[in-house]
Amino acid sequence: MKREIPVAITFIVGTAYLIAYFIPHEPFNYFENWFNDWFAVIAAFAIWLGVLNLIKISTIKIVRKSPDWPYSVLIIVSFIIIVFFGFYEGYRGLYANPHYSFRDPGTSFDWLYVNVYTPLSATMFALLAFFVASASYRAFRARNFEATLLLLAAFLVMLGRVPVGDILTSWLPHQYQLSQWANWIMHVPNTAGQRAIMIGIALGLVSTSLRIILGLERSYLGND
Amino acid sequence: MNLKLIVIFLLMLCLGSFALAETNTVNKDSTAVDSIAPPAPVTMFKAFDTPNDHGHSITLNWQLSADDGAGQNSVLQYQIYRWVPYLMDSLTTLRKAMTTVKEEEIKRGHEKVLKKEMRSLKKEYNAVLKELPSAHKAYPNNGYWKEVGKVPAGTKSYKNTGSKEKESQDYLPDLTDFYYRVDAVTKDSTVRASSKVFGPVQCSGQWFNTGRIPVLVAVILFTFLTIYFVEKAKNGAKLYVRPLSGIEAVDDAIGRATEMGRPILYILGLGSVADIATIASFTILSRVAKQVAEYQTELLVPTYDPLVMAVAQEVVKSAYLDAGRPDDYKEDTVHFVTQSQFAYVAAVNGIMLRELPATNIYMGVFFAESLILAETGALAGSIQIAGTDQIAQIPFFIVACDYTLIGEELYAASAYLGREPLLLGSLKAQDYAKALVIILAIIGLIMSNFGWTQFTDLFKVAN
Repeated sequence: MKREIPVAITFIVGTAYLIAYFIPHEPFNYFENWFNDWFAVIAAFAIWLGVLNLIKISTIKIVRKSPDWPYSVLIIVSFIIIVFFGFYEGYRGLYANPHYSFRDPGTSFDWLYVNVYTPLSATMFALLAFFVASASYRAFRARNFEATLLLLAAFLVMLGRVPVGDILTSWLPHQYQLSQWANWIMHVPNTAGQRAIMIGIALGLVSTSLRIILGLERSYLGND
Repeated sequence: MNLKLIVIFLLMLCLGSFALAETNTVNKDSTAVDSIAPPAPVTMFKAFDTPNDHGHSITLNWQLSADDGAGQNSVLQYQIYRWVPYLMDSLTTLRKAMTTVKEEEIKRGHEKVLKKEMRSLKKEYNAVLKELPSAHKAYPNNGYWKEVGKVPAGTKSYKNTGSKEKESQDYLPDLTDFYYRVDAVTKDSTVRASSKVFGPVQCSGQWFNTGRIPVLVAVILFTFLTIYFVEKAKNGAKLYVRPLSGIEAVDDAIGRATEMGRPILYILGLGSVADIATIASFTILSRVAKQVAEYQTELLVPTYDPLVMAVAQEVVKSAYLDAGRPDDYKEDTVHFVTQSQFAYVAAVNGIMLRELPATNIYMGVFFAESLILAETGALAGSIQIAGTDQIAQIPFFIVACDYTLIGEELYAASAYLGREPLLLGSLKAQDYAKALVIILAIIGLIMSNFGWTQFTDLFKVAN
């Protein structure tokens, strides 16, 4: 029963979604909303599951003095601070006149968000610029024919995307200037390749969905 | 002398004022000369129930006014009006009252008085809703024309879509008589021409979306192919399955980790359990975890989503059980990190640089973090295998990882790893469907080049 009930639920929900795609009439058009609401409720409970897991793992690390345990202290302290200010501001906002949310500008929660969380996230995101450079360096080494082709295409696209590309080729007719080459590469071979992958993905999605709905694929239930 | 000067100055001031007044009069007259003549109204105006929808929507079509882009060229926009009974205003009033009660409930808590008031308001609201169809039948009495939308000149249609939610202010009831008119409006909004009133027209939901017939045919065909190959596999037929180098490399990567005595890092991505890519990733995780348990290597699975964590825990636990080593399963093998994208990246990068895993496996849904993760893994000297269905991230993985499962290979991997006839049958069906798509695309390409678009039109799908 541990396996049969989830498989049955998956079949019913999957089939309902499939039917709702073809039948716009009530009550089928409400299915998506209902299932999304149920999913949101489950996900809301699961957040606590995640939080408890995080605290449990971090506490065990601190207690056992595992390697790098100070990071776990940092996790718990940061967690307590943000939760405290969130609840504190939420409580105050509820009884203030007019009401305000804990996330509104000017609250201490918002101050932490703007001055601590946002810069830290932006820093991580900014690393992408350096990683793009190092990845490009490795990708564009002309080791074989395909890599050389990639290098050439990248060279043309990058140069064609900036004004200097057209200036360098200004002596050529407009349709042969670098920006036109870059556009052609992006619109023809690149789009064709992407569409091929997209068609493959769509077929893979349908195939996997069918396997899940029919109960052929059950690995997500915890059995191989 | 000074007095004389002052008098002259005052006289000049008065004359100036008269002159200015005269000029204004002249200006007024000139405006009168520029006044706009009323434009021609739209013609062939009709309204009908929007096809292939869930109801609550009316589509309006018309032919442009003779003064739109031609004639006087004075039409700037079209304003669409629907006749609404005064009863609709009662609904608005009741909605406002319900909102006020809700706000009071937030302030004062769920007091009995408020609950009673809310119940009575809802009852009244539902009673008014029931009266709506008969109130609309009373056209043109007890109602007024309400603007429901506007479109710029040159537009020939408008869709008046309302909400299906009865408590929404945009609620558009089904099976109710509606009357519409379209006004051609000039730059002076008072100068306009109204069309003939069209009505009554009703909206209702359809029982089948005919615009999606091509999808239905494809689904039936694909299901048939899958069932055919699954049955074939069940009867013992040997099915050839294309090799997937990325999946074949998993065994070697686990062996490498075992030899080096370092952990394997498995990243399920940022997807939720509702994403098919994440579900496909669970299958691969199951296989990896089973092998890891057999080789007694360490596995690390930091997760982004708590639900994904719960499922992954169950998958890994079962894999250890299947491998006959349930005692080796550690609670912290699969753990939750955070639901913030870049905080998750920071945490996983930290794990990569501190634990120096021998192998990093990225399978699932990835976004901007893909390259940051993969490049950090490459810097840490790990063997990396990736698979995602996010087209924008595939190039990053190809560049930074040793093996990449491109698009549908991620979905095929789950069947490939299982090696069960049932799953291989569906994989075979997927391959045949792909071949069919290629053939159809080639035929479509040839036909379109000859201008025969009838073939490609067969595959058009309506939203």
